[in-house]
Amino acid sequence: MNRKYLAAPFSLWMALFTIVPILLVAVYAFTDAGGTFTLENFSKVLDPLYLGVLLRSVGMALLCTLICLVIGYPAAYFLAKKEIDPRGALVLLFILPMWMNFLLRTYAWLALLESNGLITSTLNRLLTLLGAEGEVRLLYSYGAVLMGMVYNYLPFMVLPLYTVLSKIDPRVVEAAQDLGAGRAQVLSRVVLPLSLPGVASGVTMVFMPAVTTFVISRLLGGAQFKLFGDLIEQQFLFTGDWNLGSAMSLIMMALLLLSMGLMKGFGDKEERGQDA
Amino acid sequence: MKAERRKGGAGRFFQRMYLALVLLFLYAPILTLIVFSFNASKSRARWDGFTLRWYAELFRDPDILNALYVTLGVAVLAAALATVIGTLGAIGIHRMRRRSKALWLLVNNVNMLTPDIVIGVSLMLLFLFFKLPLGFFTMLLAHVTFNIPYVVLSVLPKLRQMNESAYEAALDLGASPGQALCKVVVPEILPGILSGALLAFTLSLDDFVISFFTTSQVQNLSTLIYSMAKRGINPTINALSTLLFAAVLLLLLLLNKRVDLAEQR
Repeated sequence: MNRKYLAAPFSLWMALFTIVPILLVAVYAFTDAGGTFTLENFSKVLDPLYLGVLLRSVGMALLCTLICLVIGYPAAYFLAKKEIDPRGALVLLFILPMWMNFLLRTYAWLALLESNGLITSTLNRLLTLLGAEGEVRLLYSYGAVLMGMVYNYLPFMVLPLYTVLSKIDPRVVEAAQDLGAGRAQVLSRVVLPLSLPGVASGVTMVFMPAVTTFVISRLLGGAQFKLFGDLIEQQFLFTGDWNLGSAMSLIMMALLLLSMGLMKGFGDKEERGQDA
Repeated sequence: MKAERRKGGAGRFFQRMYLALVLLFLYAPILTLIVFSFNASKSRARWDGFTLRWYAELFRDPDILNALYVTLGVAVLAAALATVIGTLGAIGIHRMRRRSKALWLLVNNVNMLTPDIVIGVSLMLLFLFFKLPLGFFTMLLAHVTFNIPYVVLSVLPKLRQMNESAYEAALDLGASPGQALCKVVVPEILPGILSGALLAFTLSLDDFVISFFTTSQVQNLSTLIYSMAKRGINPTINALSTLLFAAVLLLLLLLNKRVDLAEQR
């Protein structure tokens, strides 16, 4: 018996449940409700209404990625220093939220930000004490959604950065210091370039789920606040326009594969640069 | 020298403060949720005394209990099926010629890299196309599908480390291919199989998006929490979150302890 035939159940399963469904999406995307070939679904996505949502999704995901990088890089850098965290217990604390269901993490912010929530009501009481009129509303806003995204995805930025930074050979840093580099120079010319593969994978790990989310926008942004993921969900579950929804899904897949290819090329190049 | 050390101390203080602030950001919402799960009033801003009422309600709520059983049932079954299919798949892929190996690894990666929402809607289309009613069974099929690639990728490295001659030696010594597989290959790659199974189980427990599109009436914990949260805040969700958080914490501590023990040995 040739052992390669053991892969038969795997191949069958993947063909049936991965290849066929994606082909099905492609067929729906390029046909109309009657089943004839059309490109109309894609031109519909270019409608300013939908295009605006797509651009907002990409913009928000980029902003979220940037914020996570700015907050996460120093955190990962400090964590990687052995004298701060000799037993790695802090690292565990950074990983723990990743294990928690992301709906619960989003729900936790919902509970804080809603009008009777701790943050909103405390803020309003403070404002009343200060004699200000009116009430602030935090939930169902751009800021609430962005906050939810950063909160959910920050650990996904810290972890890959930490992994790369903790592997940097301390002797390389010492060599740079011996050769007269100051702190800023060591950071910008040694540590930062060596950590770029970690940056690339952190950026991918944050950007990917951020650009496809529809849960965070629904729970923290309300029914009116739409991201591209919400549009896809809407086409399949409410409007019933599977053709348009499929075209949107294909566009999202293309967008992600493109950005992932970009980041991977970036990370690879840096690694090759290290070897040279 | 002394001044430099003091400067180092200040730097370290700043670093600790920074890490503490980020951790505060990560944990404050969860801790608030936990504290308010014991709050006697339904209010989310005022403390009215300690109660276990929400926990009692949680265990009386048939929807929540049912969702818990569905979640665990799907996770166990999906992890088991995905582990068998994925392990056999990895052994097979390992023996394939270059071209077909590259092809199936590509399919494996396409599955892993496709965003959840697209996997969800594409499987939903497939199930509806074949007129399968959405429910426990379709959710299970979907979970097996997204679990398999992770099992394959956990087992493959172990196969690459394995000495190929061991299998052949077993055959030479009179073992049937099945025996050689069970008694020589599987024990060798067992750590990979186990970590794949564990990964599959946790991924399945945690999934929301794919479950959301591949089921309708039957709910797991994630889809139930989503529909409850859409209706507004509910103290029983706080209690449920607290229990789930405690479970995750316990699991992580146990795993960490095991790793510690393994390192000491």
